[in-house]
Amino acid sequence: MAEPLLSVTALNAHYGDFQALFGVTLHAGPGEVIAIIGANGAGKTTLMRAISGLLPSAAEQVRFRGQPIGALRADRVAHLGIALVPEGRQLFPSLSVEENLRLGGTVGRPGPWSLDAVYALFPVLAERRRQASTSLSGGQQQMVAIGRALMSNPELILFDEISLGLAPVIIRTIYDALPGIVGAGMTALIVEQDIGKALSVASRVYCLQEGRVSLSGRTADVTRAEITAAYFGVAA
Amino acid sequence: MIEWLNALVQGVLLGGLYALFAAGLSLIFGVMRLVNIAHGDLIVLAAYLGLSTTMLLGLHPFLALAIVMPAMALIGYALQRGLLNLTLGPDILPPLLVTFGLSVILQNALLEVYSADPQKLAGGGIETASISVTLMGEGLAIGVLPLLTFGIAVAVIAALQWIFYGTGLGRGFRAVSDNQDIAQLMGLNKAHVFGLAMALALAVTAVASILLGVRTSFDPAIGGGRLIFAFEAVIIGGLGNLWGTLAGGVILGVAQTLGGKIDPGWQVLAGHLAFLIVLAVRPGGLFPRVAP
Repeated sequence: MAEPLLSVTALNAHYGDFQALFGVTLHAGPGEVIAIIGANGAGKTTLMRAISGLLPSAAEQVRFRGQPIGALRADRVAHLGIALVPEGRQLFPSLSVEENLRLGGTVGRPGPWSLDAVYALFPVLAERRRQASTSLSGGQQQMVAIGRALMSNPELILFDEISLGLAPVIIRTIYDALPGIVGAGMTALIVEQDIGKALSVASRVYCLQEGRVSLSGRTADVTRAEITAAYFGVAA
Repeated sequence: MIEWLNALVQGVLLGGLYALFAAGLSLIFGVMRLVNIAHGDLIVLAAYLGLSTTMLLGLHPFLALAIVMPAMALIGYALQRGLLNLTLGPDILPPLLVTFGLSVILQNALLEVYSADPQKLAGGGIETASISVTLMGEGLAIGVLPLLTFGIAVAVIAALQWIFYGTGLGRGFRAVSDNQDIAQLMGLNKAHVFGLAMALALAVTAVASILLGVRTSFDPAIGGGRLIFAFEAVIIGGLGNLWGTLAGGVILGVAQTLGGKIDPGWQVLAGHLAFLIVLAVRPGGLFPRVAP
């Protein structure tokens, strides 16, 4: 197979004395869409924070395009082409919708994504460009968060719990938009609690359980029973 | 009656100077939640830099700003990156203690270099120039320097407002203020953004200090008093609102001149009382930034 775009090797992560990840190893090739599933507290968000640089780790534990990035600051990682859509949207409340998007373009990487492209993907945002980001509905805020990440024209985009707390109709809208995002060859890691949704868009899946990879494989190959066992840690 | 009107007008104009003291303090608190106890001493430092520049180069104090402003901005950036960034974190105590220590160091260093003798910047004719206006049928003399100070204060606040809400730099300031982690994810290096905020704050401080030095004499010990006035203007106006800071400066200035009109000894006390009344009645200030 091709040289992986992202490789995570024996990654350990700690919050103070609490260890959240134990030797997690995974990789993502160019253009792959990968689902990362697992119960609450399995370490999914910690993994996202470690890859994006918010949680420093040893340099070699995270490699991107062959370069060790584990010890880099988050803003350096962003410049290299990794963007995170954080759990809970986390828009900037002092900034309007358009300012949030423009801020996402801070790193100034060239590529197909621009304000116009984001507005074409989510037309509702164009109508609300001048509004305070906090005045939008949860689903619209999620669109801003996705657009903000795309504005940096990343090679790897990390989605952390994109459907959490959203109405089913909104979740469908957002998942309908995904092919338009990853279709152009962008690599994506999608963290989800909704297993069905995650498997429907991903080609491979990793399941985390208590900070360890408990299952990995092609989505076409893994069975429901295997997932249930890996998810809950019990045989179904 | 005319004397009271005069005191009122002088107070409003004095408020412009206080607003300039306060703007830098307000800006750095707004961006990085840093309470800079050394702010007053940095004002005095800038005034002495102005003094040295005018003496060495024979420049008018206002022209000296062309040197003092960038110098203070550089000092601000270096101070933030080299020292103050290391103190910022979840605990609010370290920045307070470190800036307090910095205040002591600055004061004593200035004392060592410049002595305790009061100094003044020679502004020339502008110090005594005044214009006569007729208000409510009575003649009133308004000093050109206070008027100019007030005009500069309005212009500086307007410029800061524009930087905050109309430029990419201001967008970065607001984003980092909202959420440092997520701003970092967007490719902003918060250490650099904080450095720029302090540079901007001290550039404004340079303007304030030159106007202060032309208006009145200064010595190394007056920093604490300027800090208090700046704090009071910020709190009266409401945190995070730059135009509110201008209003806070004006209210403080008016309270002082009206108090001084009743009895010269009451000038500073009246300002503190006005501050305490606002703090008691509206703890968030008169014009707090509307919560989004």
